[in-house]
Amino acid sequence: MKLISLKNISFAYPGGRTLLEELNFDLNSGEQVGIIGPNGSGKTTLVHIIMGLIKPLSGQIEIFGQEINGEKDFQKIRPRIGFVFQNADDQLIYPTVLEDVAFGPLNLGYSPDKAKELARATLARLGLSAFEQRLTHHLSGGEKKLVSIATVLVMQPEALIFDEPTTALDEQTREKLIQIIGELDIARIIISHDYDFLAQTTKKQYLMNKGRLVFDPSVVMHKHVHVHPLGHVPHKHEE
Amino acid sequence: MLEQQFIAYNSFIHGLDPRIKLVQAFILSVILALCSSFPTLAAGIVGAMIFYFLSRLPMQKLLSRLLVINTFIFFLWAVLPFSYPGETVFSLGPLSASREGLYLAMQITLKANAIMIIFIALVSTIPVPTIGYALQQLGLPEKLTYLLIFSFRYIFLLEEEKNRLLRSLKVRGFRPRTNLHTYKSYACLLGLILVRSWDRAEQVHKAMLCRGFQGKFYSLYKFSMTKNDFFFFLISSIGALLLLMLEFVL
Repeated sequence: MKLISLKNISFAYPGGRTLLEELNFDLNSGEQVGIIGPNGSGKTTLVHIIMGLIKPLSGQIEIFGQEINGEKDFQKIRPRIGFVFQNADDQLIYPTVLEDVAFGPLNLGYSPDKAKELARATLARLGLSAFEQRLTHHLSGGEKKLVSIATVLVMQPEALIFDEPTTALDEQTREKLIQIIGELDIARIIISHDYDFLAQTTKKQYLMNKGRLVFDPSVVMHKHVHVHPLGHVPHKHEE
Repeated sequence: MLEQQFIAYNSFIHGLDPRIKLVQAFILSVILALCSSFPTLAAGIVGAMIFYFLSRLPMQKLLSRLLVINTFIFFLWAVLPFSYPGETVFSLGPLSASREGLYLAMQITLKANAIMIIFIALVSTIPVPTIGYALQQLGLPEKLTYLLIFSFRYIFLLEEEKNRLLRSLKVRGFRPRTNLHTYKSYACLLGLILVRSWDRAEQVHKAMLCRGFQGKFYSLYKFSMTKNDFFFFLISSIGALLLLMLEFVL
């Protein structure tokens, strides 16, 4: 089943060059897709278009088998697609962690008690129970990221989108993130510069190139198990 | 910056319903602000100190807070007696201090300190977000409540942003002086903070939309009154009545 289907999407910022050009993309249920591409190639713009945060100049968007036109339609589908922002501080709006995680369920119409219960369960699932009453601004960067994922998972989404999830994470949090994502049995799109991360969390990778998504089966993602100088710099091993 | 040092204690006052504390702090400070007789104001100070002792906050922190407000009041003492017309008490060269001016300065000092102590004991013992929710339940419009809560959440990020920018100025050899270059740099810094706050507000709004926000806020918390709250409300209301009687009846 097609969860997300984009047809001939074009987009340019006012006065800027064309960012997306007649782009087509499908996400099927259970699919785990990675998107790589240089800065400014339109990766984030693409996922913002899927969520209805940016309006494309032209093209059709179908989500969960329904054509989406306008804000009303997007409001219905947004809670069903979990979106993890690049900057966790944008996502965490409440002073305390528990309130923040409960924000989504409250918006979905759950009672405060039920919302609290769901929030606690999600935090426990991610091993974050100790953070419940912590003030958001006292969390470290990695903790903020994990909490921001909890705020999305608590809404029980049917698909997930991560925008550059590993930006500014330390090695330990990165490992934890890979583990958390690995345990999720939901379709996902992950945008990242981190080749190793994508290799470990997605099955199919696209390259964002000249406003389109290119699937190149000749590029084989591999996990690096060897050590060499500058190994952390994205690179390709010649045959 | 906003450290909320007074919420981390345990006392009778800390355990009270925040709505009751806010209402009482409001009533008492309005009464004290309107009264002017010295017995009333002295009784106000005594009452405020009772609240303070009930809240079991450390004396040193109270004094350091009071020092700040009394620094401002010091300037009133330096100006008011000499500018307010009335019966001369003493003269300093061409300046003469009036009795009425001294009385006025004294009144302001007592009022300000009493109200300040009441607020430290009753309001600063409530966490800022809780103040927001309590005010909302007391009838404050939702938008203002969330303005308070969001400000509290994001003011720290703005501070960080400011510190980051200041550091980047410093590492490039910037030293504040009294010249146009300094003013220009500070103006750019302020402008950048403004622009970035705007960007952030946009991102935050997007993130809220993604989580199903449709323009309505829901609160997780409900407050409930206990016997202690009722007792406290009764006693402090009687206190407030006594203050009014001291002022207007006696």
